[in-house]
Order: sequence, then structure tokens, then C-alpha cells
Amino acid sequence: MAWQVLRRCGIFLLSALAASVVVFLLLSVLGDPARTALGTGATDEAVAALRVQMGLDRSLLVQYLDWIGGALHGDFGTSYVTRAPIGPQLADRLSVTLWLVVGAMVLAVLIAVPLGVLAAVKAGRPAGNVLSAVSQLGVAVPAFLAGLLLVSVFAVGLGWLPANGYVVPADDPGGFLAHMLLPWVSLGAIQGAVLTRYVRSAVLDELGKDYLRTVRAKGLTRTQAVLRHGLRNAAVPVLTVLGVQLVTILIGAVVVEWVFVIPGVGSWLADSVSRRDLLAVQAIVLTVVVLALLVSFVVDVLASVVDPRLRTDRTA
Amino acid sequence: MTGPGALTALPAVQPRRVPATVWIGGAVVAVIVAAALGSFVWTPWSPLYTDVAHRSVGLFTAGHVLGTDLRGRDVLTLLMVGARTTLWVGVVAVGIAAVVGTPLGILAGMARRGPAEFLMRVTDLWLAFPALLMALILAAVFGGSVTTSMVAIGVATVPAFVRVVRAGTRQVMTSEFVAAARVAGRSGPAIAVRHVLPNVAPLVIVQASVAYAIAILAEASLSFLGLGAGPTTPSWGRMLYEAQPALSFQPWMMLWPGLAVLAAVLAFNLLGDGLRDRLDPRLAGR
Repeated sequence: MAWQVLRRCGIFLLSALAASVVVFLLLSVLGDPARTALGTGATDEAVAALRVQMGLDRSLLVQYLDWIGGALHGDFGTSYVTRAPIGPQLADRLSVTLWLVVGAMVLAVLIAVPLGVLAAVKAGRPAGNVLSAVSQLGVAVPAFLAGLLLVSVFAVGLGWLPANGYVVPADDPGGFLAHMLLPWVSLGAIQGAVLTRYVRSAVLDELGKDYLRTVRAKGLTRTQAVLRHGLRNAAVPVLTVLGVQLVTILIGAVVVEWVFVIPGVGSWLADSVSRRDLLAVQAIVLTVVVLALLVSFVVDVLASVVDPRLRTDRTA
Repeated sequence: MTGPGALTALPAVQPRRVPATVWIGGAVVAVIVAAALGSFVWTPWSPLYTDVAHRSVGLFTAGHVLGTDLRGRDVLTLLMVGARTTLWVGVVAVGIAAVVGTPLGILAGMARRGPAEFLMRVTDLWLAFPALLMALILAAVFGGSVTTSMVAIGVATVPAFVRVVRAGTRQVMTSEFVAAARVAGRSGPAIAVRHVLPNVAPLVIVQASVAYAIAILAEASLSFLGLGAGPTTPSWGRMLYEAQPALSFQPWMMLWPGLAVLAAVLAFNLLGDGLRDRLDPRLAGR
């Protein structure tokens, strides 16, 4: 078990390293930070001067090591567009986004597990078909569209909740919840719909297995059998999907934060892209990707906790 | 027939029925394609004409069947022309992903353990850059445009094809006809083209349909952020972007483009699901 965790930890670190190289190559090599910062009207001399100032005249390896060395200490340099240091802003905004993402994920699980189990147990019957159809519809709704819809109904139409903005939870917990409710629903309900389909499919897979027939023969009802034995077995594929989905939610946060004017990493990424602030984009993308890899590492470890069969890993 | 080995309990051959989802999905896709192609020949109004006297009017007003947007452009016209952008982005993005991903997937499925493992690790890393994130990166580097979106979405969709095709290839490689081809002295590339490719093609088609839905979503999201289609390129996401400032006083502005995105994504998902059930009956209803 310990060896397994160590091995996965190694894979995570290697992937994060490789990802950082990819991010660096995409934004610093494919892009031209100096020219982009100065705009298309800049003279070649001005661009060359800024390149020296930004350290872009050094070798790629030195540039990369300088960047990643700073990043490891939370120092992502200073934006040449906004003239503000990137690191502190990243930390502030990340905490906002994490509230959004974690809340949405919890909501998604709360929706998906009961509905998915129900849809599987009732598969082929009207209730099951309705649930499948609803989740199918939910999958097709873009998060931003759900957000716009929710705003127009609950904020503009009924006036129950604020249309946008963000309140720090420590300052005003009630206001925080009121502001986060619609974003959570627009991001979480849709991911819940996606997840419902996986839960249904995973539970359906387990329903046909021998061990469930055995516990049924021992006197458990179908529902009891699924809840006590089926769910744990169905949890492994669902956990894996959950990890992949967290990434989707993290990316989905970009548009949802944009709709609700939430000062998180996502809206900052969209802003930085339209400002062509390559240094900020580079820092945000690295953070998002490393977070995503971290999540899939944790999910892998969790999966082997839930299912002891995965611990030996001889088949992979 | 009696005696040992008699085929008494052979299951009845299932009639080859096309699932209803394929019909529904296919019908909606056909409507969208018809609208897009039709817009080249005829649209109710010119897509760039602004009816200044009738800005943001409702249904059936002054000859505008679905009304006009904030600037007075005909909504039905914009939807028809926008369908072009949506479909075109999907075609190019899925095309890039399939053309790059399928050979890589076959390679990963046929290669020896070491190189295959390496390819799959690269794919895993690739998956950490989903379509929208890749599109944002390329928009930062090259500026936002429909072309940037298409390429980015396509590149980001490659690993999905690699995975599906690799799984299919590994299955094909265990079959007897591949063993026979080997014994007959066929080379690896010949087996890949003659035996593997035709057998994984259905998987590629299903994946293409699902990827198409994802591409539509990504393009709409990008244009909604103002980083995709420019002001002169009608696109459903762009329409939503322009409708957002009016959300507090004219929320219905987002209704039609929103419904269009929804219908298109739903249609391609249904099509993909239905085709998968048809091609692999074991998965039916999952």
C-alpha cells in the first residue's frame, strides 16, 4: 500500500514537471510575451529592449528554471500588463475558486448518487427512464447557460438572490451563501447530471453480479443489497469519473465566474487572456493543471482505499 | 436435431433496429445542417443589416419571425448563419482530433509495452489540458478567433480518440484473423490498415459524435467569453455574449441562441449514444 502511494506520488510529480514544461513552451516560446505586452504598434527596438528587461534573451533552460524556481515559492513575477505581482493575487483568487468548485462538487455528488442509484434500480421502468432523460438533458446544458437562466429567473425575475458579486465568508456567512447559491447550482447541477449517468451505469454493472444475487438469497431486499454491497463496488469507477469531473468543474468555473462576476481564478484567466497578459495566463494555467493532476493522484489513492483489489496492481 | 452439440437454445437473431435516439438526434442535426446550408442561399434578412427602427423586438414583429437583437439584427437570420460557425468549428476540431488521434491510438495499441506505456502517459498529460483551457491558452498567444478555437479544441480532443482507439485496437489484436495475418507474414503497418482500422472505425464514429458535442460547447463558451467569434462572425455563443449585458431588462434575448446550443449538443450526444448502442449491443441502455 505504502509502495503504491509512493509510486503514484512519483507519477504525479513527474506529470506536474512535464506539465510545467508544456505550459512554459506553449506560452513563453509559442507566444512572444514582450511583443504581446507592448502591442502590435511597438517598434522592434522597444520590443528588443523589453525582451532584455524580461530576461527573454537568456537561454530557454535558464528562463524555465528561473520561472519554475520562482513558481515553487509562489513568485510568478510581475505582470507587464497590469504591473501587479501575480503570486499574491493568485492565492487570493484561488481561495474564491476553491469555494465555488468544492461547493459545486458536493452538490453534484448529493444529486448524482441517489438519482443514479434510483435510475439503475428502476432501469427499464418509467421512473428510471424519466431520470435518464433528465440527466441526458442536463448533460447538454452549458454551465454558463444554466447560470444565465438562473440569474434571469431567481435574481432578475423573482429578486430572491443577488445576480452577481462575491462576499468573503468570514465577513458575512449569510451573504456568502446567498451569492454562491446560484453559481453552485449552475456548476453543480450539470455536473450532477453527468455524474448521475456514471453512477447509474456503475450500479447497473454491479446489479448483474453473483454476489448481489447471493445477498438477495440471504434475504436482503434489492434496495438493501444495492445500498450495503453494490454502492461500495460501484464507487471505484464513479470516483475515477469524479476526479476527471473536478477538472471539468475547475475549467467550467471560468465561465461561471464570468457570468456571476466572481473574483476567482477563472474570471481572472478570461480577463488575462483578453488582455493578452501571457505571464498571468502562464501562472494560472500552471496552477489549474497541477491542481487537476493533484486531484487525479488523490483519486487514485482513494480508489485503492475503497477497493483493496486495486492495491496489488499486478494487472496494469 | 438431437444429441450432444445440437443447437437447441440458440438465441433468436435480434432484428437490426436503429434506436429512437439516433432518429431524434439525427433529425435535429439534419435541421441544423439544413439551416446552415440554407443560409448560404437564403436568409430572412441580411445577417449584417441592423433594423434601427425595430431594435430588440419580440416574435413576429415587423417581419422578424424571432424578433431582433439589441442592435436590431434579425434573430432567425443570426441563428441560421451562426449554425455555420457551430458546424464548421465542430468539423475542423473533430477532424483534427480523429486524424491525429486514430493513428496514435492504433500505434499505442500495437506497439510493444514500453513505447505504448510512454504514449499513454503522454496522453494522460494531454488530458490535463481540456478543450476550453487549451483554447484559452492559444487565444492568449495568438488572439481569440474562430480559427484559434477550432485548432485548440481539435488538439485538446486528440487524447480522447487515442484512448478509445487504443482499447479497440488491443481487442482486435487478440483476434484470430490478426494472428492468421501475422502467420501469413503481413507487416505491422499492413495489419493496421487492413485489419485494425476497419474494425476500430465504428468506435471512431461514435467518439466523433460525442466529441462534436463537446466542441460545440467549447466554442459557445469561448465566444460567450468574447474570445471566439468576432463581432462580424455570427455565432450562437457570440449572440449570448451580446445578450448578457441586457440580462437584467431583456432576459429573453438569450433564449434562442441558448436553445440552439442546447439542441445541438443534445442531438450529437443522442446520436453518439444511439450509435454506440447499435454498434455494441452489450452497452445498450447504459
